[in-house]
Amino acid sequence: MSILTEPFFIRALLSGLGIALIAGPIGCFIVWRRMAYFGETLAHAGLLGVGFGLLFNINITLGAVASAVLLALLLLALKRQRQIAVDTLLGILSHTALALGLITVGLVTGAVSGHLDILFGDILTVSSHDVLIVWAGAVAVLAVIIYLWRDLIAISVHEDLARAEGVNVPWVELIFMLTMAAMTAFAMKIVGLLLITALTVIPAAAARRISSSPEAMAIWSSLFAGLAVVAGLIMSALWGTIAGPSVVLCASLIFVLTLAAPQRN
Amino acid sequence: MFKLVEPLITTHRLGLTIANRKILDAVNLAVREREIVTIIGPNGAGKSTLVKVMLGLVQQTQGTVQRRENLRVGYVPQRFPVTSNVPLSVRRLLTLTRKATDAELQQALLETGIEHLINARVAELSGGELQRALLARALLRQPELLVLDEPVQAVDFNGELKLYELISSIRKSRGCGILMVSHDLHMVMAESDRVICLNGHICCEGKPAAVQKDPEFLKLFGPAAVRTIAAYTHHHDHDHESHGH
Repeated sequence: MSILTEPFFIRALLSGLGIALIAGPIGCFIVWRRMAYFGETLAHAGLLGVGFGLLFNINITLGAVASAVLLALLLLALKRQRQIAVDTLLGILSHTALALGLITVGLVTGAVSGHLDILFGDILTVSSHDVLIVWAGAVAVLAVIIYLWRDLIAISVHEDLARAEGVNVPWVELIFMLTMAAMTAFAMKIVGLLLITALTVIPAAAARRISSSPEAMAIWSSLFAGLAVVAGLIMSALWGTIAGPSVVLCASLIFVLTLAAPQRN
Repeated sequence: MFKLVEPLITTHRLGLTIANRKILDAVNLAVREREIVTIIGPNGAGKSTLVKVMLGLVQQTQGTVQRRENLRVGYVPQRFPVTSNVPLSVRRLLTLTRKATDAELQQALLETGIEHLINARVAELSGGELQRALLARALLRQPELLVLDEPVQAVDFNGELKLYELISSIRKSRGCGILMVSHDLHMVMAESDRVICLNGHICCEGKPAAVQKDPEFLKLFGPAAVRTIAAYTHHHDHDHESHGH
């Protein structure tokens, strides 16, 4: 199994584990706050950012971060209106961003098919530089989450109660959305925009069943996400399957296995 | 005239209009120390919204809310998701936004009668136990004003009775003011000093005995409600005697 010790494979493993580290806690908050659809929308906005990045010839990761951040801010503002339900709004924004992103990428490059890596990830081609960026980003995101941890938990349990007890809810919510947007951009190249939500939500759902505290759930989610990365990459190396979807499939397998464990509350 | 002590919280002509719809209209209300004020009214009368405006969770469009300086408030919200996705123990629930020593936690849980549940999972609590845990959580803050939004939801009839007795005893032992929201009429009356009948605006208010004879009250709830109240008052008195409280 010489492929498993090839430098490109080691790089893939390292970058994947960096994403798994933050996918764990972020996935927990997505599950606790029922924000899966929001994560999906951010990812689609990322594609739009990639399109603009290619169009204006700027770094596509930067483009993805910028558009995901803009969309997060837009949603935060639109949440206050009461004309359209939030999930309907997400449905509109999400697919508008996806359509516009695909069209832009298509127009700029002539064919979208050359950019499937953005949608499904291309973890096997990451450079040492990419690995560094992923880990720097992951450590920064993790630091922010740890700093806000108490407030984030309080908001996840009951938003009004947290607010009545002095938590600055809009501020904490804003920072969390920004970290989600940042993670989306970092993870784009690794698992692809269409599968990012899966890598956050599925390990967290698996961890929920066996955890008795928020911290335990976050740690288990990271471990499960990391395990999915390792297993998915080995699967990809052995059978030549596409890496990103293989990682997600392994996460789903882990989830199914945890169904056998007794539920804890 | 004798001078009155400043109320804990006062609203002056409080109003909330959303999209040209008046949710709250010119609400004047005050809660003082050692006083239980109960807001009753039909669904959609704006009871919870009024409480949220008073707590500063929702911004009013008219009028003012005046709180006593540095007022310590304990809040038990309506609709606490029992099946919250966050795995929590009771101990953790109590210390989400405020650190507390083990002795403080024990004391608060003892006061609400669930000291044995300190390490229990929140998702496994019964409706009554959850309300008691939330009440203990509010007491930990040493509140001068307790705000209880539907404190007996998801609690059976006997449990309701005991919870109201607990709330009443908290008022006696701690001397705090209590602002309570309820949509069930039969229980709240006996323990309340003042009942406020809300339907966007205040329809009528006063001592429980007076309110239930008020034509506005009868218009809102119908004569059937009064019969249940009477039945409850009787049952309640009986309960007190038989247990020698």
